[in-house]
This record gives sequence, C-alpha cells and structure tokens, in this order.
Amino acid sequence: MKHLLSIEQLSREEIEAILDRAESFAEVGRRDIKKVPTLRGRTVVSLFYESSTRTSSSFDLAAKRLSADLVSVKAAGSSVEKGESLKDTIATLSAYDPAAIVIRHPYAGAAQMVAGWTSAAVVNAGDGKHEHPSQALLDVYTLRRRLGSLEGVGIWIVGDVLHSRVARSNLIAFARMGAEVTVCGPPTLIPRGIEALGCEVSYSLDGIAGADVVYALRMQKERMSESFVPSLREYAANFQIDTRRLEPRQLLMHPGPVNRGVELSGEAIDSPQSLIAEQVAAGLVVRMAILYELLAGTERAPSGDGEGSAPTPIGTPA
Amino acid sequence: MSLTDALDVRAGEAAHLVFRRATVLDPVAGIDAVHDVVVRDGSIAALAAPGEAEAEGAEVVEAEGLHAFPAFFDPHVHLRTPGHEHKEDVETGTRAAAAGGYCGILAMANTQPPVSTAADVSALREQARASASVPVGFLATVTKAMQGSELTEMVELREAGAVGFSDDGLPIADAGVMRRALQYQHLCGGNIALHEEDPRLSRDGAMHEGPVSAALGIAGIPSVSESTMVARDAALAGYEGARIHVQHLSAAESVDAVRAAKAAGVQISAEASPHHLCLTDEAVRGLDPHRAKMNPPLREERDRQALIEGLRDGTIECIATDHAPHQPEEKDVPFEQAAMGVTGLETAFAALYTHLVAPGVIDLSLLVERMAGGAEPFDLERPSLAPGAEANVVLCDLGAEWTVGEDGYESRSANSWCAGETLTGRVLMTVAAGQVAFRLRSFSLGVAA
Repeated sequence: MKHLLSIEQLSREEIEAILDRAESFAEVGRRDIKKVPTLRGRTVVSLFYESSTRTSSSFDLAAKRLSADLVSVKAAGSSVEKGESLKDTIATLSAYDPAAIVIRHPYAGAAQMVAGWTSAAVVNAGDGKHEHPSQALLDVYTLRRRLGSLEGVGIWIVGDVLHSRVARSNLIAFARMGAEVTVCGPPTLIPRGIEALGCEVSYSLDGIAGADVVYALRMQKERMSESFVPSLREYAANFQIDTRRLEPRQLLMHPGPVNRGVELSGEAIDSPQSLIAEQVAAGLVVRMAILYELLAGTERAPSGDGEGSAPTPIGTPA
Repeated sequence: MSLTDALDVRAGEAAHLVFRRATVLDPVAGIDAVHDVVVRDGSIAALAAPGEAEAEGAEVVEAEGLHAFPAFFDPHVHLRTPGHEHKEDVETGTRAAAAGGYCGILAMANTQPPVSTAADVSALREQARASASVPVGFLATVTKAMQGSELTEMVELREAGAVGFSDDGLPIADAGVMRRALQYQHLCGGNIALHEEDPRLSRDGAMHEGPVSAALGIAGIPSVSESTMVARDAALAGYEGARIHVQHLSAAESVDAVRAAKAAGVQISAEASPHHLCLTDEAVRGLDPHRAKMNPPLREERDRQALIEGLRDGTIECIATDHAPHQPEEKDVPFEQAAMGVTGLETAFAALYTHLVAPGVIDLSLLVERMAGGAEPFDLERPSLAPGAEANVVLCDLGAEWTVGEDGYESRSANSWCAGETLTGRVLMTVAAGQVAFRLRSFSLGVAA
C-alpha cells in the first residue's frame, strides 16, 4: 500500500492488517513513555484545507508518537489564502522531502491528485463528500474491539448521507467486513443510486430495532435553507436517535462533532451504549497504524538505527 | 447556401487534385465505389473510373485502399475568441478542425465578452478571412451578454452575418424570454441552438446523478435537468411555429423528447457529441477532470444506447464535438473545481470509428452521414462528393492506428477526452471549400515521394 486514498481501494485483508497494527499501538499507549522511534528523522506534512479538530489533532499526535518531524499547515493563514493552487502548494511542501502528506480538502479526488504530484505517501483525511478512510478504519476498529467481528452485524447509518464522506467510507468498510448496512434518512438526503454500494435504504426509523449498531451522522444547520429538510425540529422528530428509540442492546456511534438535540439526544450521547469516546481514542492508534503501514519498511538507505520496540510491519520487509 | 457563400475562410489557392483509386463513400449522394476523384476550381470536377482521370497539371494523390468522404461539418465549436485566446483562437481552432477532417464549423458565442453585437460578428468574420483554415460561421447570443433576460438585436446580427443564435454554455432559463426569441425568429431568421439545462435542477452538480455520483460523493446533474427543458422548448417551438436545434443531447429522456416532438411536426434538430456516444459516467470514477468533466455530463449506459439509437433512427441528425479547449491550470485541480469541457475536433471521426463502427455498433455510412449532418439545420449545403458540388473532401486511412496526443495537437489546448488512447482511422488530408486545408505530415511526405 503506497497511499491511503479511499476505503474502496482496500481489501478486507488490508483493512485487517491496519487494525491488527493498531491493536499493537494500543499497548504502546498504556506505557509511561508513549513514543516509538519508528519514523525518527522522517517528515510528515499535515495539510488541512478545512477545519478539523479530531482528525487533524490525532494525525498530528500519531506522527509525533512515531517520532516523525511534523509540519502542520492550515489553509487559513497560509499561501492558499493568497491564491496558490493545490499543485503549487504540494510542489512547495514536497521540497521538504516528506515521507507522508496527510491532506484534507473540500473537493473529491484531491488526495488522489496530490498522489500524482508528489513522491510522498498520501493519506486522504477527507476529500469533499467522497471518502474519509481513516474515520472508517477507526470505526471498524472500535466495533471489532467491542463485537469481535462485524460478520452479520446489522448497522444503520442515519442522517445526512448525501453530504457525508463518513457515510460513504463507513458503508463500504462495514460491508467489506461482512456487516449488513442500511442507510436511513429523509429522501432528500439519501443520494440516488447509493444501493449500488451494497446497502439497503430506509426513509424512516421503522425497523431500526433490528439494528445492532446505530451510526448517527452530523446534521448541518445550513441544510434547511437549501430545502433538504423543512426544519431541524421536523428532522429531529423523525430521525433523532434518543434513548426511547435506542434499545439497551444496541450500540451508538457518531463521527463528531455532535449537534446535541438534533441528530442525537443528550441522554443517548451520554448513555453507556455510546461508543463516541472510544471512537476518538481509537482515532489515535488507528492513525498511528496507517502511518506505520505506509512508511515503516520504506526507509531510504541508509536506514535508521532499528525500530526499537515498534512492532514489525506485516507483509512488508522489516 | 454553400459553405463559401455563407461562411468565412482565408483566401487561398484552389486545389487541382486527383485522388487516384479512392474508395468513395457519400451515402446521401448514393455514391459507394472506387473512383478517381478530380478536384478543380473549387468543385468536384468529376468522379472518373479508377485510374482513368486526366491528371495533367494536377497533383495526384495515390488513394488506393483509402476512403474519401464528404468532409465533416461541426455545428458546435468553442473558438474562445475574443477573450480566451490562451485556450484557442480562430487560427488554431480551424487548424484543429481541418486536421479532424472538417470543411466547416460554427463557433459558439459564449466568449468574453459574448458575441452580442453586429460589431462583434464583423470583427470575428474579419479574423476568419485572415486566418481560418476552414470556413467558419459565427453564432450570436440570443440574449444580451447571455444574461437570459433581454434579446439581442437579432435582425442586425443576421445582417452582419450571424449564421444563427445560441446562448450555449448557459440555458435560457426564462420560458418567457425563450418564447419571445422564437416569435422574433419569424422576423430575423436563423436557427436557435439550445443548451438545455434547468439550473435549478443542476444546482452545483459536477457530474451525472446516479450510482457513480453517489459513490463519489459529487453533486449530481440529473437527466431531467436536460430533458424537461428539451420538452419545454419543443413545446414552445411547436406553439410558435419556430425552429430550434438542440445541442449536445446526453440523456435518454431527452432523445425521447426530441423524437416525440419530431413526430408531432415540430421543427427541431439535434446533435450528439462523440464523448457522450463513446463514454459513460463510469469514466468519472478516475476523477480525472481532463477527460471526464464536461457539461452536459457523461451519463449512463442506457443513455449512451439511447443516443446511438437516436443516431440510427434520425432523431439525432448530426454529430457535434462541443470542442471546448481549456488550459492545464483550469484542469489540474480537483474534479469539482475544474473547468467543464473537452476538446474533440481532431479525434471525433477516429474515436467514433474505433468505438462504434469497428465493433459493428453502427455502419460506416451512418457515421459519414451524421458527421456532415450539422450543416443543414443552419441552412447550409451539406458537403457532398457529387460532381459539381463544392469541393469538400476528407481522405481517411481506416486501417491506420495512432495514439491521441503523441504528436501534440493543432488545437492550442490538450484537454482531449481520449488523450493517450490508441484509435483506428486517421484523417490524412482535408479539402475545404476547394482548398487543401490539411495534410498529415507523414502522409504528405509520402505524396511528395
């Protein structure tokens, strides 16, 4: 695996390899010194064209825990504001000879284009409404820890599927791991033809009792002005996940940030069924695993002084 | 009107040529045999028995095994002049047309500024007389500055030589304005070519709406965005007894709407583009804006099949490239941000021959007929190889394979939808309005030897 551009490109075996790697980093996280020297002397660039808390902070911390040198660039305050094209920005940053570029961009395919312009490994941290593969991997990781396997597990993804890169990556990842996925939301927010990705479609929460996992999506306020829904009130009345609709055996997930009282009730967020905090914790180890899988074993000669206590890469020459 | 009477081209020497033993195919004129084609004084002087034509004083082109067709006519080209000459101009765009086997093209009016006044038309015609390799006609906009609200001075524009009208690039969203233009056509004449799209349905769409857009998370342009406007304008044209030409059909529902309008007696013609006839939205999965971003978007296989059926049954009378040059900086950006449009003049025949004729989807004679079908909807004479006709001839080698772009392009832009593809069938030589407009370099060397 040279880049991580989409879940679509990953086989079940490749997903499992990353998750297994993440398990081993979870152990590192329990030590007093939570750092391994794997990427010492190598540079990771994180380039965010959209605001982000979770994804950017966890990729940054992941790079640091692996001892990489980190260059963090936000579009605001950078030459992007001066009208520099993505291609030119990548050429500039590539001059630092980074081992990896982690990019979030508001348009689909941006990470893939970047991969064509640089020799660094490229990690898609969200491209438009297309994919968010590291989110899907951390969600599969979280569920796998809880359930052991996703085989035959019923997962409902509820909300604004149309505008959600998380929905797309997750439904592909869940289905690839053997889960049975249903996407649910108002018809205005379900993309025409989504069934082709291997899911069922439901326009109401009737039937959600059959789900083992309920994955709620963020509902953005601006969707009302575009007539996707008449009001957040009506949306919440029909699609909010609350403790009344959630059965005790069901697990609840959300990619964050949550609009309390819109897609989720406060009670549901804070209920013991909620995996939201576990998802955030998983984000760090899974992103360490992603960087590790892409970069460890690809050092240029002369190589560093061994890999210390870091695990040996799977399927790649150590 | 003949192409030379109605359109403008750089004056040059009238060719005196004999295409020796060419396989001549002109389905409309009923010609399908091996002949010596004699071109003299701007006309097809004779179709002689093979090897029999008098060659004294003429250049002899050994054409045994090669095909001579009526040269092609493209009613939909963006020459980008004035305003975007860094993408294309009259000289480079007509050179690209000649290299593609065209003997005439119509240039769209969505330039910067748009072609909206008689002075704009006159200036462009002058440029064409100075630098066009093949005859060019210019359309003027229907509405002032393409704002969609007020009609241009359509009578004066026609007097200045505008071949017809189009706001192509944008639809005429307001049905009332559309209706007025159709009424006014009874005074000014000239066909009205329509880019059919409902902007309220297209919104910020960047590709066809369907399973592929759902997978890519890119906002979709639904088929009904086009087909509802085709149906609306067909109804208006029928009501007003006016005439319309529907540009770049892309959706199956639009083909149905044109077919129904024709059956109801509406004066309506339609075109389809090579990329819509050869590709589907599956090509967008690669997210390469150079090849797969255009408006209307590439649609699904059922739409492509409907377009092919429309070509067969005459619902679609012509192939139009919608040649839309863009520079790399407008395409080297993520798909949704990239400019819409692909080039097509230099590859149209070969692409359609490779994708549709060679595999047996359509006959060669149908392709040849439709490649020249864009003249008549604009009151221009269809290119013909019948003796006495204006000399508009394309000589093709149907066995030649070539890779698109390997020798560069005549066009100033390189955003070909089939760049890098190996195609079969190559234009070797084009005679337009009696002049040699193009010779493939390697072929002309062969002729000289």
